[in-house]
Amino acid sequence: MSTLIKLTDAGFQAAEDLFIDVADEDAIPDGPVILSLTRFQAEGDALVTAGRSVGVRIAADEAVEDLAYDLPRLALVAVVFPKFRDGRAFTTASLLRQRLAFGGEVRAVGDVLREQAMFMVRCGFDAFAPSDGATVEDWARAAGRFRHVYQRAADGRAPAFEERG
Amino acid sequence: MYLYDQIDREFLADRAAEFRGQVARRLAGELTEDQFKPLRLMNGLYLQLHAYMLRVAVPYGSLKPDQFRAFAHIARTWDKGYGHFTTRQNIQFNWVRLGDTPDILDHLAGVDLHAIQTSGNCIRNVTSDPYAGATAQEVDDPRVWSEVIRQWSTLHPEFSFLPRKFKFAVTAADADRTAARAHDVGLKVQRGPDGDLGFEVMVGGGQGRTPYLAPTIKPHLPASRLISYLEAVLRVYNRHGRRDNIYKARIKILVASLGAEEFARQVEEEWLKIGTAADLPDTELARIRGSFTAVNFDTLPPRSDAFEAAKTGHPAFARFVRNNVKAHKQPGYAIVEISLKAPGATPGDASAEQMDVVADLAERYGLSDIRVTHEQNLVLPHVALNDIEAVWRGLDAVGLATPNISLISDIIACPGLDYCALANARAIPVAQSIAERFADPDRAENVGELKVKISGCINACGHHHVGHIGVLGVDKKGEEFYQLSLGGSGAEDASLASILGPALPADKVADAVDRMVEAYLAIRQDGERFLDTFRRTGMTPFKEAVYVDAH
Repeated sequence: MSTLIKLTDAGFQAAEDLFIDVADEDAIPDGPVILSLTRFQAEGDALVTAGRSVGVRIAADEAVEDLAYDLPRLALVAVVFPKFRDGRAFTTASLLRQRLAFGGEVRAVGDVLREQAMFMVRCGFDAFAPSDGATVEDWARAAGRFRHVYQRAADGRAPAFEERG
Repeated sequence: MYLYDQIDREFLADRAAEFRGQVARRLAGELTEDQFKPLRLMNGLYLQLHAYMLRVAVPYGSLKPDQFRAFAHIARTWDKGYGHFTTRQNIQFNWVRLGDTPDILDHLAGVDLHAIQTSGNCIRNVTSDPYAGATAQEVDDPRVWSEVIRQWSTLHPEFSFLPRKFKFAVTAADADRTAARAHDVGLKVQRGPDGDLGFEVMVGGGQGRTPYLAPTIKPHLPASRLISYLEAVLRVYNRHGRRDNIYKARIKILVASLGAEEFARQVEEEWLKIGTAADLPDTELARIRGSFTAVNFDTLPPRSDAFEAAKTGHPAFARFVRNNVKAHKQPGYAIVEISLKAPGATPGDASAEQMDVVADLAERYGLSDIRVTHEQNLVLPHVALNDIEAVWRGLDAVGLATPNISLISDIIACPGLDYCALANARAIPVAQSIAERFADPDRAENVGELKVKISGCINACGHHHVGHIGVLGVDKKGEEFYQLSLGGSGAEDASLASILGPALPADKVADAVDRMVEAYLAIRQDGERFLDTFRRTGMTPFKEAVYVDAH
């Protein structure tokens, strides 16, 4: 099983991944599942109504706003980085937190590298499935590299201009 | 000038430490070149034809003497004794070794400099007016807003992995020295109908293989709403800019395919949703603004007898003044341009010795302020008229008194095939051959303002699309050829150049330019620059002059 790192009030921690990421062509197994947006729109309602724990996988070219009314029923949203340099996932996560006020888990999946840890945390990701073999310690070190930041972002961290104030 | 505080300094120290770790992992073999490449690019480190090249940011082209001396030190210690100033107002060191780069970044951080976001698909160093704070033309100091954008864009969490690189220009004067419409975003600071400060926002300009001039998408954005509006622009681009084709990924392609109106509508819609939460508080704006106002000008008479006498006494000094010295807003002061286009030199290059001398002169006579222009020259923005002769002598002693600003030998050229892995043809020798052809300063002055811009490939780093005469190096079956174009401008009268005709071999380029200049001199009307004559007559007389032998 690949590493899952979660950001909690106690910092970064290794976590067991309870969810099964279901490909569109596979049958939906028992237990908590992550479905694609299309699959969720077709079959998700029944699962959620049955009390299942469901997450949705958002591809880089999908509009997260389409999920707005379902968000309160979702356990997590997995945002896909098809390549690390495809930055659309950062906007998706920012919108989830800042515009859609999603309070559940926002998980980074796909080409997830430690060099982007800080950007991810700042945009509101709080769960990470690194593809570069990064350990919890690697991840925490990369995410905490900078003592200061310059912008307001989804993480609520005080930017330089507030520190100065 | 903006001074870094402890927060800015700790940020740079953290960045340098991060890169040191990454280089160590690369040298130890823990990272492959493929894995390392995006990391080094985030720190301005390119692998060129012969060596690594480090591109160091000069935020909005503004430097202090100790920072300039740091460039000299780097050139001397870790490079071959010189540096190359670029059309982005940055400096490049062309011969660094990978293992030395962490020490170089540490040295830069020691004087508040860095290489952050000088490459990669992120928001690059902001270009601004090299005359900022010195020209009477401006309605506000564009450096204030450039610094606001620098801070906001530094490691921006959402906009550091854009479809493609992203460049800002900020100007506050009607005379545009930033090529604002040739940028992804051009901002012109202006007063609105009610006298309120704001910006004309131009989006979607750029050069490269599909040049566009940026259309205005917001005629007047209130100054206090700058950051939220930029977030909206960047968000629309980050979501909808193309990522399937590197040549169609710049924002200019998105703006052109949607149309400026529809793009503006999408930005407006997003901007309304963002609201004011992203905007910078007035207190921080005031803090930044405050750091740009404290220039200790002496109260001087508007006329200096010593200066006038020196001009009368030395024709060479008078020529320097005619071409390189510009009007200052403060009585008794002037703006002095330093040409990095001496005959035979590589455009934009400066040696360590030259950099040290410029730093000394700036400290002694220039209120410790140095600027880099996007035309690859330097500027001492605040020199008292009484001191200009001494500055000229100091510059002349190290070959920096070339009196050719905006003349035909003041050529922009990219590094070309002499350095660059992307180039199809050399640019520097072509620039040198044209400059040599017009080495007679009387003739060059008679020709007047004529901007020649040379790119060694279609990526257009030498800005050939906005040259009065543009030169583009192309590869024809393994041979270097040059395509000439006419009528471009990167200034307030921005336009894109049109192709003159079939490409020419390298040894015919200076001839062709010479013939076009002679044609211009024969038909120009009173006060017309080359560009004005071209705009009046069109291509025909120039085409005939160049291709007459072909008939």
